[in-house]
Amino acid sequence: MNEHANNPVDEPVDEPQDPLGAKLRAEFDELIKHYPEKQAVLIPALHRCQEDLGGWISPEVMEALAELLELEPVEVYGVASFYPMFHLRPVGKHVVGVCHNVSCDLRGAEDILERVCQVTGAAPGVDSADGRWTVARLECQGACTSAPMFDLDGVYHENLELDDVERILGAVESGNEPN
Amino acid sequence: MAQHETYLLDRLEHDDSHTLDRYSKTGGYRAIEKILKEGLTPEQVIDLVKRSGLRGRGGAGFPTGLKWSFMPDVAKDPRPRYIAVNADESEPGTCKDRVLMERDPHGVIEGILIAAYAMRVDTAYIYVRGEYRFAYDRLLGALAEAREQGWVGQHVLGTEFSIDIWMHKGAGAYICGEETGLMESLEGKRGHPRPKPPFPAGFGLWGQPTTVNNVETLFNVPFIIDRGPEWFAGMGSEKSKGNLLVGISGHVNTPGVFELPLGMSAKTILEEYAGGVWKGKELGAWIPGGSSTGFLPAHMIDLAMDHDSLKEAGSMLGTAAMIMLDEDACVVRAMEVMARFYDHESCGQCSQCREGTEWLHQIFGRIERGAGRLEDIELLTSLANGMAPGKTICALADAAAIPTHSIVKNFRHELEQHVEQGCCPKRRAPQLSGTTA
Ligand SMILES: Cc1cc2nc3c(=O)[nH]c(=O)nc-3n(C[C@H](O)[C@H](O)[C@H](O)COP(=O)(O)O)c2cc1C
Ligand code: SF4
Ligand code: FES
Repeated sequence: MNEHANNPVDEPVDEPQDPLGAKLRAEFDELIKHYPEKQAVLIPALHRCQEDLGGWISPEVMEALAELLELEPVEVYGVASFYPMFHLRPVGKHVVGVCHNVSCDLRGAEDILERVCQVTGAAPGVDSADGRWTVARLECQGACTSAPMFDLDGVYHENLELDDVERILGAVESGNEPN
Repeated sequence: MAQHETYLLDRLEHDDSHTLDRYSKTGGYRAIEKILKEGLTPEQVIDLVKRSGLRGRGGAGFPTGLKWSFMPDVAKDPRPRYIAVNADESEPGTCKDRVLMERDPHGVIEGILIAAYAMRVDTAYIYVRGEYRFAYDRLLGALAEAREQGWVGQHVLGTEFSIDIWMHKGAGAYICGEETGLMESLEGKRGHPRPKPPFPAGFGLWGQPTTVNNVETLFNVPFIIDRGPEWFAGMGSEKSKGNLLVGISGHVNTPGVFELPLGMSAKTILEEYAGGVWKGKELGAWIPGGSSTGFLPAHMIDLAMDHDSLKEAGSMLGTAAMIMLDEDACVVRAMEVMARFYDHESCGQCSQCREGTEWLHQIFGRIERGAGRLEDIELLTSLANGMAPGKTICALADAAAIPTHSIVKNFRHELEQHVEQGCCPKRRAPQLSGTTA
C-alpha cells in the first residue's frame, strides 16, 4: 500500500499492527526493571506472548521481542526453540499434555494417552482434523505421587482413571470448568 | 506409625497455610525478626547453619552453611551478588518442592530472606519450572503480602537490610535444574550448563557472585534459626541431619510426600507410610532418590534413607524420590523410559552425553522389544563408562550412566531373558513408542 498517495491528509494512516500490543509492552517494561540485563526478560516474555497471543509464538512476535530486548531475531528463535513449552506453530484450541515418564508409566500413562487420542481425534504431533485439539507427550511434571496425570490448557489433572478422561475433556469442550 | 518430631509440613493441617495471616500465627517470620532485632551478624547466621549440619535438598547433598561461606567477602569484592532459588523440580519421581511452594510459600520466602542476609545479597530470583503455574501464583501472592508487610523490600524492620525477590518462569527443560544451566536460562539464554570452574560463588548470574539453593533447603533455614542448630542436629542420622521430604510413587497403595527423619529405613517408609506394594504384590525393584539414582533389587529395601548409607550401597539419596516397581513390572521398560528422558533432555553440548543418551535409549528399546543381542549388555556398560563419571560439562551424563550400570549389575538376568526369549517376559501392552516433541 502506498499510503502517501492514497491517504488524504485528514484521514489516519494505517500503522502496521504491533504484534505485542500496548498491554504486553507495558508488562515487559516493568519486568525489565527486575534484571540488570534486558535479555533476562526473554523467557518470561515468550510465556506471556504465548498465553495472550493465540497459544503459540509467531515469527512476527519473535521479531518484535528481539527488537524490544535488543537481540537478533535468530537469538530469540534459538532460545524459543530450545524450550519444550513454547509452541512455534499454531496449536489446537485445547492442548493436552500427558506425562509419560516413569512414575506415570508405572500407573498406566500409555493407556491414558491412548484414551486421550481416542476422545480427541488427535495424536502426538497430529492435531485433530477440526483443529480443536493438540495432544503431546510430556516428561515428568512433578505430579509423580498422584500419577497418572495430564495437563489440560495449563491445569493439572491428577490421579487419573481411564474413565475420567472423557468427562474432563468433554467438560472443557462444552465450556464447563472441569474438576 | 513410628513417632518422630515434625516441622516441615506442620502448617499444612490448616487450609489457609499459604497465607501471611496463618504463617504469622504459627511462628512465621520469627527467625528473620530474631536475626534483625538481636543484630546477629551474617557470619553468625552462617555459623548456625553450619552447626546444624543441614545439607542441600536439591540432589547433591552439599553442606549449606559451607556453600554460603564460599561467597566472597564484600569488603574485598563489592560486586553485585545474587541468590537463585532452584524451583525447577524436574527429576523424574520428584514432587516435594511443589508441596512447599503451593502450601507454605511464606516459609520459602523467609528462608530466602535469611540466606540473603547471611550472604549480604540484595536480589534473589526464584526460578520456578514453567509448568508449576499454581506454585508460581501462590509464591507471587505470598510475595505481594510479604512486600506489603515490609518483610520484602527496602529497610526490613527499619534496618539496613534490604532485599528484592523476583519470580522467574522456566519453560520445560530439565537441564535448567542444573545450577549453571539454570543461570544461563535465567539470563534469557538456552539452558546450556557452563564448565566449572569458575564456580557460581565467584562467577554466577551475569558473571557475579551467586549462590543456587533448592527450595526445600531454604525452607529448613528459618526453623534452624528459630529453634537452634542443636535441635536440628538432634534429628536424622549421623551425617545427615534434620527431616526430609520423601516422595514415594509407582506401585504402592498410598503414594505421597512424607516428612521423615533422614536415615529411616526404606522398608518402613514403604510399609508404614505408602501402605505397602499395591494389589498385594511383592516388590520387584526400587529407586531410592529419583531416576538418576538407579535401580536397587527388592532385597535391599532395608537400606537407610540417608546420604552415606545409600552411597555405600552404590546408590544415592538424590532427591529422596522413591519409585517402587512391583514384581510384575519390567525394569528394562522402566529403564527405557528413563533413557528416552535423558536422550530428550541432553542439551547436546558434549558428544559423550548427546550420543550416549541416544544410544542408551535405542539399545534399551531394542532389548525391551526382544530385538537385542547379548553383546548389547557389554555395550551398555562401555557406553556408560564413556559418559561418566566426570567426563562431561555437567552431571546429566552421570544421571543416565548410573541407572544403566545399576540395571546391568542388579538385573543382568532380566536383560538376558529379554534377549533369549526374544520378547519382554513381562510384556505389557502397548509398546513404548513416541518421544516428546
Ligand atoms: C541434570 C541435573 C538436574 C538438576 N535438577 C535440579 C532441580 O530440578 N532442582 C534442584 O534443586 N536441583 C537440581 N539439580 C542440582 C543443582 O545443580 C544444585 O546442586 C542444587 O540446586 C543446589 O542446591 P542445594 O545445595 O540447596 O541442594 C540438578 C542437577 C543436575 C546435574
Ligand atoms: S553432560 Fe549432557 S546435558 Fe550436561 S552439558 Fe554435556 S551435553 Fe549438556
Ligand atoms: S512421572 Fe509423571 S509426573 Fe512425574
